[in-house]
Amino acid sequence: MKQINILLLLVIMVFIFSSCESILPKAPDSSDTIAEPIEGLTPHQLAFFMEGDELFAKIFTPDEGLVPIFIQNACEGCHVGDGKGHPFNKLTRFGKYDEDGNFDYMLDQGGPQLQHRSINNYLPEVLPENATHFSDRIAPIVIGMGLLASVDDQTLLDLVELQNNEMDGITGKVNYVLPNDFFLSEDIHIDSSGYYIGRFGKKASKVTLLDQVVFALKQDIGLTSDFDTEDPINYVIASNTSDGVPDPEVGSDVVNRLVFYMRTLKSPSRRNETDQSVIDGEQIFKDMGCVKCHVQTLTTASSEIEALSNKVFHPYTDLLLHDMGMSLNDNYREGNAKGGEWRTPPLWGLGLADDSQGGIGYYLHDGRATSLEQAIEMHGGEAAGVIVNYNNLSDEEKGKLYAFLMSL
Amino acid sequence: MNKIIASILIMCISVGSVLSQESESIYKRPFIDFGKTAVGGYLEANSNYFSEDGVSEGFSMEMRRFNIFLFSKISKRVKFLSELEFEHGTEEIALETAQLDFEFSPFLNFRAGIILPEIGLVNSNHDSPKWEIIDRPLSSTSIIPSTLSEVGFGLFGNLNSGNQFINYHLYATNGLQDGIILNEEGRTHIASGKSLKSFEEDNNGRLMYNAKISVKNNNFGEIGFSYYGGVYNTFALEGEVVSEERSLDLYAIDFVLPFGKGVLQGEMVNALIDVPSDIVEIYSSQQKGGFVDLVYPLYKKEMFGYQNSVINACVRYENLDYNMGTFKSTGTEIGDEVTAVVAGLSFRPTDGTIFRANYRHHLTTDILGNAPAIMGGFQVGFATYF
Repeated sequence: MKQINILLLLVIMVFIFSSCESILPKAPDSSDTIAEPIEGLTPHQLAFFMEGDELFAKIFTPDEGLVPIFIQNACEGCHVGDGKGHPFNKLTRFGKYDEDGNFDYMLDQGGPQLQHRSINNYLPEVLPENATHFSDRIAPIVIGMGLLASVDDQTLLDLVELQNNEMDGITGKVNYVLPNDFFLSEDIHIDSSGYYIGRFGKKASKVTLLDQVVFALKQDIGLTSDFDTEDPINYVIASNTSDGVPDPEVGSDVVNRLVFYMRTLKSPSRRNETDQSVIDGEQIFKDMGCVKCHVQTLTTASSEIEALSNKVFHPYTDLLLHDMGMSLNDNYREGNAKGGEWRTPPLWGLGLADDSQGGIGYYLHDGRATSLEQAIEMHGGEAAGVIVNYNNLSDEEKGKLYAFLMSL
Repeated sequence: MNKIIASILIMCISVGSVLSQESESIYKRPFIDFGKTAVGGYLEANSNYFSEDGVSEGFSMEMRRFNIFLFSKISKRVKFLSELEFEHGTEEIALETAQLDFEFSPFLNFRAGIILPEIGLVNSNHDSPKWEIIDRPLSSTSIIPSTLSEVGFGLFGNLNSGNQFINYHLYATNGLQDGIILNEEGRTHIASGKSLKSFEEDNNGRLMYNAKISVKNNNFGEIGFSYYGGVYNTFALEGEVVSEERSLDLYAIDFVLPFGKGVLQGEMVNALIDVPSDIVEIYSSQQKGGFVDLVYPLYKKEMFGYQNSVINACVRYENLDYNMGTFKSTGTEIGDEVTAVVAGLSFRPTDGTIFRANYRHHLTTDILGNAPAIMGGFQVGFATYF
């Protein structure tokens, strides 16, 4: 009897362990996840992607340069799960107009961005008393960036011309910005007397993803890099306060892997695409005129990454600046972008936004809207006509519109 | 401190008899027979097969620990005990214990050296062969940083009256250090406050204090209340004050209760950490956690020629909140939680040897409280005293 019991126990254990795979947690549906590489990368590129993924999640310590002041200690601190940011990581840009009417980013007083956190006995930065203009932002979703980066400048200029010709009040414009010293012009770029078209950032003030990554490393995490070797300085304390870590704190290897990771994160898959309410909602979206700015389809130019080359994709943005009216006017200028002008944000991933924001969607540039309805109603300026159309929709039609937006 | 010692002495007078040092949990190891000198230890290894959200690194084997004990009974009432730990082969070598126990009377002993502060259930009772589940409880490694061994000194003693037992410990140690905040975890992580430098000198000249009192009844089990805390940060350099003094306070309750033929045991711990206000949402100021283990014998007879061998079923529930509180900006609750359930079987051919098979289901919620990452996996392993 004893032997039978022991044998039975052993059989149960063998059964349990032989069925390991079926008991273990399954992967979530691919359409519900965003932190995945685009299809078609080579094994070497995938390895590079994975290294970038690891760096994106890496938590930086004071010994590695997370001082003297910062906003977060990792890229994923703001872009949780590569998704849209949360108001607790809201960042603040500040500046003022000088006597000649030029916008001053107050670089000599710690501008353009406030680092309100500090560690290891440093003091956090505070807003300078003479700053007069402020802009709060939350982090954007970082997916599909490589596709946006591979659209050529001429496509954007064509969209400007198209919108201007339609004479319906929607007049997108490009933001010409002076690139950094490390900018290398590619075939997609058009030189305009040394200025180039910006396409990244809430006001399209960054020409390339490299610009964006270098800026974020310094202004968000307090890290110097091969591309920018000066620590953020808290001018309240002194004009030369820096940490005790030799600069640059990260090399070009780290920056390049982060840039590659962002370039090769996939764009989100649609969900419930065949639901009738989603199909109807998409038609309402078009009929209302939303697609004039939230352009459905763009095409990439040739790219050295084959998986990004000549791809048709659906970001729902024109990458252009539009005047969004007084309610969204932050009176903060970036390049040609005035206070009320914002780059059309891509709508892809909108339905997955709250999955990375703790279950509540925080929309618009600073997360002020907590529902799609609020976000739409806060559109003004060039979108005023579209909002009239929106307000004329029935509740059922609005429901279909939201269903479509949540399918993106 | 004087009041506490006086209270203990009064209690000693009021009870009938006392227990000797041998009743301490650290002496409940099979190699110690209280002869002159003894060498022993334990060995622990296991296999892992885990998958998180459908992604698995596959099967691997892990040589967790090889620990060597050296015990010496210097005289009838003076004892020395040490523990040298080799973790993952020689990846980490640590002198976990090197302590001298000097008995004034059974209820008043002096202990000094590298000691194990008495906080929670696991820290001074961490030997793997004693546990049915392969992984240590999360609250005992992440909040109570087991194994926490520190340079310190203090008093302990045991009293009993019939079925009632009281055990107390009072220690002062160099304590945990700045790593509680300055760490690679990117959050308040008490275990990162351990530092090898603390074996040489304290970082701030402020000792940490540890106290525990346990009450045991032979019929109803044992319950313990413990505290560990003090100033953890380097607030002065060369005598110049460069920061506020910041403190850590850990409060724990632990219990071991009979449950039919089995045992129900666990601990709950609450940690209060003083952190700068500008980073408090990332580096939390309060953490809590705990676990409950149920160990129940299924089959207790001679097996394979081993007398008194036993097969146990075990289950553990544990929860850990690394960051209690709400976001100022939204008023929503901060996440950063772990909840896990572990179930398993163990086979003890002898008291000091155990074979274990566990299944762990583990949910990790990020700081924003998004849908949890789900990890599951199997572990099979053994641990044995020698």
